[in-house]
Amino acid sequence: MFGEHGFFILACYGVSALALGSLALWIFADGRLVRRRLTELEARGVRRRSAGRIDA
Amino acid sequence: MALMDLANPTRFLALSGRVLPWLTGLALATLALGFFLAFRAPEDYQQGETVRIMYIHVPFAWLAMFGYSMLAASALGILVWRHPLADVAHKAMAPIGAVFAFLCLFTGSLWGRPMWGTYWVWDARLTSMLVLLLLYLGLLALRSAIEDPNQAGRAAAVLSLVGFVNVPIVKFSVDWWNTLHQPASVFRMDGPTIHSSLLWPLMICAIGFTLLMLALHMAAMRNEIYRRRLRVLEARAAAEAAYA
Repeated sequence: MFGEHGFFILACYGVSALALGSLALWIFADGRLVRRRLTELEARGVRRRSAGRIDA
Repeated sequence: MALMDLANPTRFLALSGRVLPWLTGLALATLALGFFLAFRAPEDYQQGETVRIMYIHVPFAWLAMFGYSMLAASALGILVWRHPLADVAHKAMAPIGAVFAFLCLFTGSLWGRPMWGTYWVWDARLTSMLVLLLLYLGLLALRSAIEDPNQAGRAAAVLSLVGFVNVPIVKFSVDWWNTLHQPASVFRMDGPTIHSSLLWPLMICAIGFTLLMLALHMAAMRNEIYRRRLRVLEARAAAEAAYA
């Protein structure tokens, strides 16, 4: 596949997919962790002063 | 809604929560189309099949510079307007830009071996791109080395503004110096020198990767806003526990 330079082409695409996939997974997992800890604190009654008029 | 109204963390969270799934979907669909066209495009008459590396290497290079330009713009927001969302945007972009800069160097190195006969040369383009990666890594290290988040944000903003001088050096290095790396072939005063059968897939891949970078940045900014809220709540919980 891709002739004599197939290794170079596949390695470029493979490592790029791995790096970008890992970055996306890290961001996704980080967001889940932070939001879970935030929810736990809020469940214990600790809230931001402006919590009544937020949104998100 | 005025632009400045959006520069409010709560509004940003509400808006980005609606936009992010669409932006991610659009990025992936554009990349799928780009790769489909890239692998159907003809071989280059000189480079053969290795021209397929261009469809990822070139967008990575552009976006590594674009990411650093966004860092520099955010740095102005931190230092001039002291806006908290600018600091959030700055902090969120550094690891993403570092990954794009690394991938630019990695794919360029693997492209260089069959075309130039070497993985690396210390020419101006490659060296200035390596400096860009080191700047990204330096920003990450600086932020983690300073405990006070405000002080860390200001220090990182100053470093990113100083380092911005490297971005035009990366871009024009192939014009200013005699390099092994080829000169610009897309954004030129006299128009692109790439045939349209290769140029269109390249541009679609570039748009797809740009949308992907924006989606990752938006998601990372949301995480950082939540992290700052968590920090406030943890401090409040600790204070309440101390008084109890």
